[in-house]
Amino acid sequence: MSPLAVNIKDLGFSYPGQSALFFADLNLKVAAGERFGLFGPNGAGKTTLMNLMTGVLSFPEGSIELLGQEVKKNNRSVNKLFGFIPQDFSFYQELSPAENLEFFGAWSGLHRQEIRQRTDELLEVLGLTDVRNKPVQTFSGGMKRRVNLAIAVIHHPGILFLDEPTVGVDVQTRHAIIDYLKELNKKGTTLIYTSHQLSEAEDLCEKIALIDEGKIIAHDDLQVLLEEHRQDGLEGLFLSLTGKDYRN
Amino acid sequence: MYKLWATIVKDVRILYRDKVGLTFMFAMPIILVLVITSIQNSTFNLVNKNKVSLIICNKDTGAVSNQLIQTIDQIGMFRLLQVSGDQSEKAITDRMHAKDALLAIVIPPDFSFQLNAKAKKVAGQALNSFGLEGDTLHTKVAGSVDPLSLYYHPILQESFRQSIQGAIYSALQLVESKQVLKSLYFAINEKQLPDSLEKELLNNRIGITEIPVLRDGSGIVPNASQHNVPAWTIFAMFFVVISLGGSIVREKSSGSFIRLKTLPTNYLVALLSKQITYLGVTLLQAAVIFAMGVWLFPVIGLPVLNLPSDFSGLFVVSFMCGWCAVSYAICVGVFAETQEQANGFGAVSIVILSAVGGLMVPSFAMPGSFRTVLQLSPLHWCLEAYYGLFLEGGKLKDVLTNIIPLFVIIILIHLLILLGLKRKKLI
Repeated sequence: MSPLAVNIKDLGFSYPGQSALFFADLNLKVAAGERFGLFGPNGAGKTTLMNLMTGVLSFPEGSIELLGQEVKKNNRSVNKLFGFIPQDFSFYQELSPAENLEFFGAWSGLHRQEIRQRTDELLEVLGLTDVRNKPVQTFSGGMKRRVNLAIAVIHHPGILFLDEPTVGVDVQTRHAIIDYLKELNKKGTTLIYTSHQLSEAEDLCEKIALIDEGKIIAHDDLQVLLEEHRQDGLEGLFLSLTGKDYRN
Repeated sequence: MYKLWATIVKDVRILYRDKVGLTFMFAMPIILVLVITSIQNSTFNLVNKNKVSLIICNKDTGAVSNQLIQTIDQIGMFRLLQVSGDQSEKAITDRMHAKDALLAIVIPPDFSFQLNAKAKKVAGQALNSFGLEGDTLHTKVAGSVDPLSLYYHPILQESFRQSIQGAIYSALQLVESKQVLKSLYFAINEKQLPDSLEKELLNNRIGITEIPVLRDGSGIVPNASQHNVPAWTIFAMFFVVISLGGSIVREKSSGSFIRLKTLPTNYLVALLSKQITYLGVTLLQAAVIFAMGVWLFPVIGLPVLNLPSDFSGLFVVSFMCGWCAVSYAICVGVFAETQEQANGFGAVSIVILSAVGGLMVPSFAMPGSFRTVLQLSPLHWCLEAYYGLFLEGGKLKDVLTNIIPLFVIIILIHLLILLGLKRKKLI
């Protein structure tokens, strides 16, 4: 068996002010090098689980290991192992892409020379070289998404968490981002992806987990799940497992 | 170290591009210092150089009231507007409402007669006490003198009114003394007091030399700039809370903060960077405002700001004031949940702390109960330290007693910041 990128054991978590556990004894394993998708309706707990795995939220019960290091105990060193693209634009809008990469590169533990080299590479690959010195606040949504991605991968993370990385972008940008993510995965980066763009997810993910009301209701290879539930697409599978009722 | 450097560079870039924030941090304090110093200076001039218009309505027909008017005129504080004695009270107050004058004095009928009678009575009593025969008739019949009526416009502040009352009292005292002296002289010599003797006795005022108690013995009399520039520089430094407190809240609620939390760097690096960056801003604010006091003030007719002779002391005090201001702003930013909270609480708390700290009303003029409270205001210690240098001509060692409590307050604020960061799980 390949080493685990993510190993969640008996995770318990409740939101502040709520006595009932939102996640109770949750277990999940993601092998290193996988393109893993985490899906579910609104409020299912996808973003919460992402935030727990990345240490944004803390948990009282269970354990989460990333590439063998525990998130809870070894917070700072484990943070070098992954990159995170939150749903919101997570950079300084007043700064240019190069300036954002300079700052976040330093905070990721890189040295000046490495940052310069990676900045040139990433801006080139993501088509931002021409605007490298312009403030990000003047950019389109698609360009901002690419900046968001560049910052998350500047330190060559072993795992990349992507929370709706292509929301609000045009088809061209979406394809460019997905292609780049596949490239990263070929080089060994594990992708932990969540989105409501199910066609995009089908294209990107090999393995998926469906989560609903804080519980994992399905977890396997995408093809295996489709065959098992006699569905020809992720959307059909999603609806058959989570139902058609509104979610809050 | 590189992380800290990169963070400082990031903070400076963001600050430099925030033109509104920069305007707030530099232009507003400059305008504030200019306006306050100009107003304080013109108040000083109003009392000492300019003349206040004073309506005089003399209902008396005797000579003493004219002497009183002449004496008031000789004080030099007033521009007298004499109106006829038959003017009604309404006519006078109407003129005051029209701002023709802010003050009016009505001298009552028979003022001269009553004052003369009183003077003769006092002279008679004096002669009797010397064992000489006085004017027993006047001693018995003389009553009190009807009071003068002083009308004032409500815009005049109490302290100013009191200084005017004091001046008028001294004029009255002089006229009264003159009449008593004349009566005494007449009773003894049975002839009028010679003019030369009258002048010798009454107009020979002893001067008062004002000597400021300065540590450096320079003898430079502190002016409105020496009082106002340090005070409002401190106010400007602490007003960095609007920009810095807001910036921390903005960062906490922005997407970038989530990323910061997932990176292998402690958030304290971000706060240390903000502390260094904004400390630089506060020192620059002080430098700009002081430079303005030295070079711009004399050009626009305001008194020049004399910098303390101990430049290292000035730097240390400015550094401590800036450090305290920045620490306070970070504390507000850490605890505030929204930018509105940070801005609202930050601004109001600085106004309160500056009022309590003696920036608006001198601490010596505060009620006793406030004297303990004011020691809790960091602005008080900042002001005392600056005044020690600017007004008393002291050196660093002379203001250490103000710097030490300020340092203790800074440490307490930092403990509070750490507590807030722990409670909010930011570190």
